[in-house]
Amino acid sequence: MAQDAVRYKVIVIGGSAGSLDTILKIIADASMTNNIFYIVIIHRKTSAESVLTDLLASQTTLKVREVEDKDAILPGYVYICPADYHLLVEDQNTFSLDSSEKIYYSRPSIDVTFESVAEVFGDSTIGILLSGANADGAKGLSKIKQAGGYTIVQNPLTADVDYMPKQAIELFKPDAVLNGDKMSALLKNLSA
Amino acid sequence: MEVSTVHDNEIDLLVASLAEIYGYDFSNYARASLKRRINRLLVIDRIPSFAELFYRIKNEPDYFTHAVEELTVNVTEMFRDPYMFKFIREKVLPVLATHPLIRIWHAGCATGEEVYSTAIMLQEMNLLHKSLLYATDINPSVIENIRRGIFPVSQMKQYSENYILSGGKKDFSSYYTAKYDFAKFDEQLKSKMIAATHNLVSDRSFNEFQLIFCRNVLIYFDKNLQDKVLNLFDASLETLGFLVLGAKENIRFSDIASRYVQSHNEKIWRKMQ
Ligand SMILES: C[S@@+](CC[C@H](N)C(=O)[O-])C[C@H]1O[C@@H](n2cnc3c(N)ncnc32)[C@H](O)[C@@H]1O
Repeated sequence: MAQDAVRYKVIVIGGSAGSLDTILKIIADASMTNNIFYIVIIHRKTSAESVLTDLLASQTTLKVREVEDKDAILPGYVYICPADYHLLVEDQNTFSLDSSEKIYYSRPSIDVTFESVAEVFGDSTIGILLSGANADGAKGLSKIKQAGGYTIVQNPLTADVDYMPKQAIELFKPDAVLNGDKMSALLKNLSA
Repeated sequence: MEVSTVHDNEIDLLVASLAEIYGYDFSNYARASLKRRINRLLVIDRIPSFAELFYRIKNEPDYFTHAVEELTVNVTEMFRDPYMFKFIREKVLPVLATHPLIRIWHAGCATGEEVYSTAIMLQEMNLLHKSLLYATDINPSVIENIRRGIFPVSQMKQYSENYILSGGKKDFSSYYTAKYDFAKFDEQLKSKMIAATHNLVSDRSFNEFQLIFCRNVLIYFDKNLQDKVLNLFDASLETLGFLVLGAKENIRFSDIASRYVQSHNEKIWRKMQ
């Protein structure tokens, strides 16, 4: 695994309905040790905005930041995609935001961020798709896989809402299909 | 349908040609978004290859106009970020009310929902009669829309909610007449609007304002172009005037930042000197 420690730079997590607990758990178990940063994309109503950042910040010693346009990308951070924007990575050092059309009725779109991260970070990417009632994320996760990254899908049998993980599994074969509470251990192994 | 996606060198080629042939310089647009827009253009217009897209843009001026409309993102709303509008209503407009003439610029105003929102607030505060609202965008067609003052009726429920959150007290539907799928807004609202094309990349400052809105436009620019455009706004803003950016935009990367003070928690900066 020593090789992988250098390899992964980013863990990007997408979730919709029923994904919050798993996200909180993954972030709570995350540690600073490896120069990794996290990106979290959750479908939500505009009003719930800073609540989510505060909630995540209360679970971890990592720095949690809701992204602003052209923010620098730094290891040791958990970046939250703001409501009502798509989140893109310009290059390995810079985020950018985009307020273009919703995709699958969603802005942020998980697909958009997954695809952008896959393109810029390639096989340094770990992508995770969680519970949700939406087709968003499946295609983007497959792009992460194509780029050589590691892909994890929440087990549809135990996900609160199975539609989103099912879409991914129907589209391609992810590297791991796991219950929400088993993800932290795998991530630890992958990035140890 | 799986379409080919453009490569970085193809984007460079397209950007160079747009500048050379049409004088539109996209070279300092944020690449990640521009790339998505080009890929999207291939899909929506069912163009099989970059080469064909490139040929059409170069040789068909009408297609070029259409392409620029689609490459730029024209998504907008009335009273988007209602609490920002509430701040303008309660804290900014009362300050401007003391001026004999209020000059406001909406830069990159898309189809005009934003400038109509401001006009509604001005009218409610009895300030519209002494205001001038400049509404500009790179795209000519969106300017047309402002002149017509017609917006999709399907959006009115959302806009009405935004309006109320922004501190609006009236019945929002009193501002328009609905006909089929469209809501035609009160003619009075546009009586003080001046709509024109203006390219923030290449056109200069054309007046001095007390209030400039430029929301969700800078996100499409790289930091260098953001700085250049912020300097253009600085040159177009009176001392003690206000600059309003989008909810996730900031002036902190620009050298103008030191002369501006941010209003608590809002993306509104006041020019101090
Ligand atoms: C996402 S819209 C923002 C609309 C509105 N201000 C809002 O926040 O709802 C971005 C607008 O910027 C315009 N734009 C892009 N590049 C521009 C340029 N170089 N000069 C002027 N307008 C530009 C686009 O045509 C589009 O209408």
